[in-house]
Parts: sequence; C-alpha cells; structure tokens
Amino acid sequence: MPFHLPAIRRQFPILSRQIDGHPLIYLDNAATAQKPEAVLEAMDRFYRHSNGNAHRGMHVLAEEATIAFEDARNAVARFIGARRPEEIIFTKSCTEAINLVARSFGESLKSGDAIALSILEHHSNVVPWLQLKERDGIEILWLDCDAEGRLHPEELRHILDRGRVKLLSITAQSNVLGIRPPLAEMIALAHAAGMLVMVDAAQAIAHGHIDVRALDCDFLAFSGHKLYGPTGIGVLYGKQKLLEAMPPFLGGGMMIHEVHRDHFTAADIPAKFEAGTQPIAEAVGLHAAINWFTQFDWNDIVNHEQELLTHAASALNDIPGLHVLGPLSIRHLPLAIRHSASGCLSFTIDGVHPHDLTEILGRKGICLRAGHHCTQPLHKRLGIAASTRLSVGIYNTKEEIDATVEAIGEIVSHFTR
Amino acid sequence: MDVYAETILEHYRHPQGKKRLPSPTVTHEEVNHACGDALTVDLVLRDGNIAVIGWEGTGCAISQAGMSLLSEELSGMTAEGAEALTKQDMDAMLGVPIGPRRFKCALLSLHTVKNALRKWRGEEAQGWLETVQLAEHEPLRRIIT
Repeated sequence: MPFHLPAIRRQFPILSRQIDGHPLIYLDNAATAQKPEAVLEAMDRFYRHSNGNAHRGMHVLAEEATIAFEDARNAVARFIGARRPEEIIFTKSCTEAINLVARSFGESLKSGDAIALSILEHHSNVVPWLQLKERDGIEILWLDCDAEGRLHPEELRHILDRGRVKLLSITAQSNVLGIRPPLAEMIALAHAAGMLVMVDAAQAIAHGHIDVRALDCDFLAFSGHKLYGPTGIGVLYGKQKLLEAMPPFLGGGMMIHEVHRDHFTAADIPAKFEAGTQPIAEAVGLHAAINWFTQFDWNDIVNHEQELLTHAASALNDIPGLHVLGPLSIRHLPLAIRHSASGCLSFTIDGVHPHDLTEILGRKGICLRAGHHCTQPLHKRLGIAASTRLSVGIYNTKEEIDATVEAIGEIVSHFTR
Repeated sequence: MDVYAETILEHYRHPQGKKRLPSPTVTHEEVNHACGDALTVDLVLRDGNIAVIGWEGTGCAISQAGMSLLSEELSGMTAEGAEALTKQDMDAMLGVPIGPRRFKCALLSLHTVKNALRKWRGEEAQGWLETVQLAEHEPLRRIIT
C-alpha cells in the first residue's frame, strides 16, 4: 500500500477531534497509539456477531471465537517471525508478559544467580526482577550507558566478570531516549556466555521490523495498544523448548491437563500460560491492527518517522534553554547516530518544569508526556528529575511538529522573560 | 494561561523565603512521588508562633510558587493558625482554583508545613486525605484513592 499520509490520517477517527477549538496533535504515541477504524470495526463486529468463549464450547459462537482467537495467535507469530504459533502466549499487557518470565523462569534461579538489566529499562522490566531479588536473593547487575545514553556490547563483558548471570533482560528501544541498543550483537555475546536474553519490545514493535528468529532472542514481550491495537492484550514470545520447561504462571481454567483433589497436571503450551478467559475481542483487535499496519512497507514507516524525529530535534535545539537528551542532542547528526534512536525524543528546559509545559500544551490540544516516564534509574543516571517526551506515530505530520515547537517556544518565553 | 497567572510565575521565578535555616526548631520534607516534586521546610517556633520560615525545593511552578506564597503568609502566624489552613486558603493565596490534575502540586507546601508542625508536637505525620480534607471534595477523593 502506498504511504499516503492524508489517507492514513482519515482512518483514525480521534484525529479529527478538537480540544477547545484546537485540532488534536497527538505526540504521546510511546504511551499508547490511536486506533484505526479497522481495529474498532473488527472488535465491534466480534462482539455483535461472534462473541463466545474461546476453547470452551461446542456451539457456533464458541467455535467462531476460538477460530478468531487462534487466527490472532497465528497472525502475531507471522508478524514477528516465530517458528510456531505455540510460541505465542497472550497476556493482558507487556508488563504481565515480563512478569510471567520473571516468575516462571525465575523458579529455576537460585540465590546468588544474577539477572542483567540495562540502565535504559522501563520499571516494568526492573521491578519484576527486583521482586525476585527480594524473594530469592537474585542479584541484579546493571549495564551502564554512555553520555548520549547509548549501550555498548563491551559492557556485557564487564558484567560477566561480576556474577553468575542467567539472563539478560533488555529493551529494544528506550521509551525516553528512543535508543535502540545493538541487540543482535548483544544477544550473540550473551548466548556465547551461556545467558538467555529477554527483549522488551514494548516501544520497538511499532517502529521497526522485528524478527525473533533473526535476532535469536529467547523471550520477547510487547503489547497491542502501542501497535495501534487495543489495550488489555500483551504478547509473550518464547522459544518452544524454554516455554515447555517452565512451570505455569497463573493457575485456573484452561491451563490444566488434569485436576485431581490433591494435584494437577499442566496443559501444553500455549494453554499452560493462559489461565482464565482470555482477551478474545482484544486478540481480534490486535489481529486487525497487524493486518492494517503490515499493509504498509516498513521502509516507508521508518523513513517517515525518522524524518519527523530529526526535524523535531533540530527545531527544538533552537529554543533557548532547551536540552534534547540522548543522541538527537547532537546538532549535525551523523546518520549512524541518528538511526540509533527512533520513536521518541525527550528534553528538559531551564526554568520550565515538564508538568507545567505539558499542561499548557494540553490546553492547546497538544499531547506530550511529562515526568520520569517510569524510568527512575535512567533519570537518576542522566542527573535529571523529569523530562518531557515527544513520541511520533505513523499518522503524525511535519506541520504538527512545527505547531508543537512553536507552542513550546511561546511557553518558554512566557515563563522565562 | 489561567493557572499560570503572573502572580504564580513571578513567585516561581523569584521564590520568597527560599533558603535553609541554620538552626530550625523543626525540619520536614515531603515528596509528591507521583511527579517527584519535593519540598523541605525549616521552622523556628517561639511561644507557639512561627517566627522564621525557610525552605528548599524542586518541582513545577505551582508547587514552588505555592511554597513561596505560603511562606509569606506563615511568617508570624500561630502554629494553630497554620494548622487550620485549608485547600480553600491555598486557592486564595494562589489566586486561582486548582483543578483535580494539579491539586497535589498546589497543596504540597501546606502538606509539608502541617506535617512539620505535627513532628514538632511529637505527633504522627498526616496523610494526603487529611491535608486535602476531602470530605467536601468528593471528585478529588475519587481521584486520590
């Protein structure tokens, strides 16, 4: 499908909304993306026409729901290049997918074993491991970044000398700096050292092609809602042999093979990890989102978003007292550095707090995120309390970036005059 | 820019009483963990009156201007008078009503001062619900709890 921006925008009903007479400018896509008609229609159609419980009945609606749910699993498997659909576990969120691995794979860890994390991680890829540390004495080893926030594979070698590292859990794209670590290289290094690798693809999933077989990661997690799909559904990919060896996470209906008065046996994957009624309509919505999104060429999406980001970075850099964080802070950007970040950029402004900035922008219909973005360790590392984040999606325009930068400039001069 | 009226911005740019005191009777810090805004208040109390107030802090214009305005108001006030201050008093000082999204910013200063005084009296710190006196603010109660 040709990449025609006005046609893409027309498919997102919310983009025609006005806020106090201002057109909505949505630049908070790293928090959640907006939904195209195709997703809204597919979920509506499912509830109006086919709603039943998947894998739980012989009647027509149960059958249609089961087919729709398993079709979604197949679509996800194809989208990320999994070998088999059984390697796709549905969860309620990316966070739950990471917790699943921490709790279930975590059962095999002993006191003194270590988990390696990067300083870029979101709290959802930090706290589940800290919970293991508190419960079982698991060590957490941190990979540091450089002054631009970039990770270097050598850091991994330093980590190896410091503990018995069983797993590296790492983001594929920072939700603050947009940095994409050199994953393939790091995964190869980690594997050579006997570690498994879990990838948090919450941000990366909508901004660049991910192939789990090419990457050779052992686990990968993402959510539907940042991929233009609904909230309430997440995905865990895991290599078949690993998932088969892991104990169940939640207990309940459908995750069992047999239940007796004094014991149970677990079902095969993926059912083993899908206790209780699943987010069926959300799986249908995610399937529709993947179908909608994959009609475009990845190169078109990536080029469009990179243009928006580098344009935003250079315009923002011209505002006095504004400091863009990370690799996009460099004015005349070498291409390689420019492409080590995507999806979002963050910045601070002398004399204007991010909460004040985003509240005023919000009243002008411009949606940006402020705060620590659930990355307190990274903010401490960067020596700042909070930042403002601008994150782009497939439907954003250069004009929206210009209007946003102009509004920020006005607010800065009002605050600091 | 209602909330960002000139009074608030003026106090944000030039905060009043923003200095730590060398020998305060009591010192107390409060942090709004939702956003990281932090205030530390030093009080010198004499005969039940707030003789001197100093403070240090970081955060948004509303929380910092609120502290600046409150420190002007408190100087010379009795401890009882300070303990009786309410959200409505803070709204009056700020000159604009503060909505549900930002009420914690507006009340962080009052919360810090009230808990400084409780510490001075040897009492336990009070929670946000008590500072905000949510009985009369049902919509706020729904947000905070």
